[in-house]
Amino acid sequence: MKNWQKHLGLLLPVLIIVGIALGVKITGKPATRETFFTVLKAIALASSLNMILGYTGYVSFAHIIFFGLGGYVGFYLISAQGWSLWLAMLAGGMAAGALAFLLGKAILHLRGAYFALATIGVNAAMQAFVTNFEPFGGPIGMNLNFQVYQQYGGAAQALETAFYALAAIALVGVIVSYLIRTSKFGLGLLAIREDEDAAEVMGVVAPSAKTWAYVISAIIPGIIGPLFFFKNGNVEPGDAFPLQSSIELIVMVMLGGQGTVLGPILGATAYQRMRGYLLTSPIFKDIQLSVAGALLLLIVLFVPAGVVGWLRNRFPILRRVLQ
Amino acid sequence: MTRTNDIRRINDIRPILQVEGVSKHFGGLVAVDKVTFDLPEGQILGLIGPNGAGKTTLFNVINGVYPATEGRYFFRGKEVTGSKTYQMAHLGLARTHQVVKPLDELSVRENAMVGACFGHKDYNLSHAARVADEVLEFVGLADRSEQLAGSLNVAQKKRLEMARALSAQPYLLLLDEALAGLNPSEITAMLDTIRKIRDRGITIIMIEHVMHAIMNVSEHILVLNFGALIAEGTPEEIANNEQVIEAYLGDPKLAERLMQRNDNGG
Amino acid sequence: MEFLSFLVDGLLLGFVYGVAAIGMSLIWGVMKVINLSHNVLIVYSMFGVYLLFNSLGVNPYLAIIVMAVVGLLMGVLIYTVALHRVIEAPQLSTLLATFSVSMIMTGLATAMWTNSPRNVDFSLGSLSLGPVTLPGTRVVAALAAVLAAAGLFLFLYRTRPGRYIRAVANNRAAAEMVGVPSNQILALSFGLGAMVAAISGGLIATFFPFNVLSGMNYQLKSFVVCVLGGLGNPLGALIGGLILGTLEGIIPIFMETSWVPVFEFGLFVFIIIFRPSGLFGAKQ
Repeated sequence: MKNWQKHLGLLLPVLIIVGIALGVKITGKPATRETFFTVLKAIALASSLNMILGYTGYVSFAHIIFFGLGGYVGFYLISAQGWSLWLAMLAGGMAAGALAFLLGKAILHLRGAYFALATIGVNAAMQAFVTNFEPFGGPIGMNLNFQVYQQYGGAAQALETAFYALAAIALVGVIVSYLIRTSKFGLGLLAIREDEDAAEVMGVVAPSAKTWAYVISAIIPGIIGPLFFFKNGNVEPGDAFPLQSSIELIVMVMLGGQGTVLGPILGATAYQRMRGYLLTSPIFKDIQLSVAGALLLLIVLFVPAGVVGWLRNRFPILRRVLQ
Repeated sequence: MTRTNDIRRINDIRPILQVEGVSKHFGGLVAVDKVTFDLPEGQILGLIGPNGAGKTTLFNVINGVYPATEGRYFFRGKEVTGSKTYQMAHLGLARTHQVVKPLDELSVRENAMVGACFGHKDYNLSHAARVADEVLEFVGLADRSEQLAGSLNVAQKKRLEMARALSAQPYLLLLDEALAGLNPSEITAMLDTIRKIRDRGITIIMIEHVMHAIMNVSEHILVLNFGALIAEGTPEEIANNEQVIEAYLGDPKLAERLMQRNDNGG
Repeated sequence: MEFLSFLVDGLLLGFVYGVAAIGMSLIWGVMKVINLSHNVLIVYSMFGVYLLFNSLGVNPYLAIIVMAVVGLLMGVLIYTVALHRVIEAPQLSTLLATFSVSMIMTGLATAMWTNSPRNVDFSLGSLSLGPVTLPGTRVVAALAAVLAAAGLFLFLYRTRPGRYIRAVANNRAAAEMVGVPSNQILALSFGLGAMVAAISGGLIATFFPFNVLSGMNYQLKSFVVCVLGGLGNPLGALIGGLILGTLEGIIPIFMETSWVPVFEFGLFVFIIIFRPSGLFGAKQ
């Protein structure tokens, strides 16, 4: 089999992200760019969540804390310490990774519902903590001096740069997700998901594999956080740690197909577009949450493998491309 | 077949498994009671006993699922008391479960590959795939290698369980009721497979309730009752052992049944 | 003196927290489901009591009884629609199923009632017990909570459906074999858990303001209580509730109120990590 044929599963994911970036470049409209900024953010976050949820089978209701913590750390470094955006993003990623490592040591030994419960508690505790943490601005958060944007060519230019930076990060995230999925490490994770005890009997060192998966899943959100809040101009606890976001990420992963590379991408895109539509439509504005909930329920009850999973089962021929 | 003989000669002195006074208590319940035995390499050892005698618990201790409450055990000369399951796998021990645990959403081939990748051989993916294919051929599941493990029937799942263990190319294989739920012709086929495994140089311990089968295929038998080792010997010796017969509720026809030969030969 | 009144305040609140958590604990104990729709069952009851009281002048305690029945029905409905299909599936499915119910109903609630805070303007004066003065509504709430818990226990241990519930909780397959209609029993159990949650919500509404998102808060507290007392252990839930209530009453003396949630959730995570069976042992 030729090398390119072996990696067909990477084709669609890469095409989608490159397509979005090119599309925005071509149309050149700031509004489109901002819409797709949120889409790319969702894609990157959902893909990263997929690593611990879809591949390893550990349901985390707290994935957004990596985005939030990374965002806070990075934003603090930019606004209070004058760091460059790029270094701040790296720092955010590292902070998130460190948090994942420590947190993982504490809660990854929990199984099933206990782990999920623990993450619910962690999300709430994290938000409550940051609200009280003065160096990060307490409940008010922190603001960015607009002068900072001058370093990046002015506010308008900064927004554009941010978009393409995000596209690059999302691309990297998706490629990493693919590489893991098709690696020996990934096989171990899938085995853990299916039956952790049986996997250990076969020699999978579950404790370290899970920790690695968790840390890797945290880095991309940690990198994106600073970028997002840099664009926003401010950060506050409610924006950084919304429980709703953690849940929406789960919906995206489930909708698209957990455990696949393409699934979270499709799920994130579809969900974000739907959300955008609902928020602007007068009828659905208030019940956007209800629609999302109904969607999730339908998936859980009838299509638990998500769109990509369902397609793979229905059309085995497509399996090579839909990974 | 030279290989097997070589192995037996070289390792004649050292048993592959040495169990010394191993006990397992669960609170007040003594599930395994000071069991001691040596297992020479290349043998098929049968482990029998009434329900609840502690056979699977003994496997669980050796395998690393439970820590022993007391006692020690050695694998290939090295003390492994208290090792975790994945550590035992890395040393070359493989095990099947009484209630099979297939990785449902993975394909048959992927299931087999896990054993090859994470066992003591630590193969990379492509090498593991080749080993997996060969093992699947051996157990007769080659034509189902792309199927999802969850869609197999019971007999196939049992074969997959065995394939997973074999693809790790272990030194010692623990089989926990590999014959349960199989019909007579499936049992014959499985016994055949087990003998072929032994012929490849892999030592086997089998827990079984299908008496005539285990008496047929084992070279040596251990009998557990209430967690303790009550008898040990050849199948003939065990079949005529009064304590064993008593343990199985004193069925007067037991000796006969224990020695019953399958029509298809032993 | 002040300490005593904080303490008693907290204890009274603790009874209500305990009852709120019993529902969640019961559902876990019977069917190993973590009910993430617990929050909407509480909130809908709060609003039900508010609307009945404000628009129809119904006595809140009567309204609570009405909402208890509504809660029971809602619980049975939720089980039938969302849980029945996935009850035997891996835990993720039931988790997400109840969660999606929560999303659906919260969205509807926000659309119907908006985010503005509500208050059931109802007072029973205060009760003086020696050195301590207690708001009447809190005392009645605590008493009602104890009554509800007692009622639940009586139901579980003295009636036939209660026996069936305990049988199914113990071993569903075995219960089915002796003729217990396990599906209906599961629906009933969920309904009971929902009913108790609704009762607690209504009680809370008589002395605290609330809005459509308050349920989340009490759901989190219920988690903490359940984990304190042991998931699946209803008596433990009561005791856990008292502990939490007491802590909430006393801690503000020593630290800023805004740190209380941090303490609570920290405690929650701590216990889950080190003693997931709770302080009193869970029903596994």
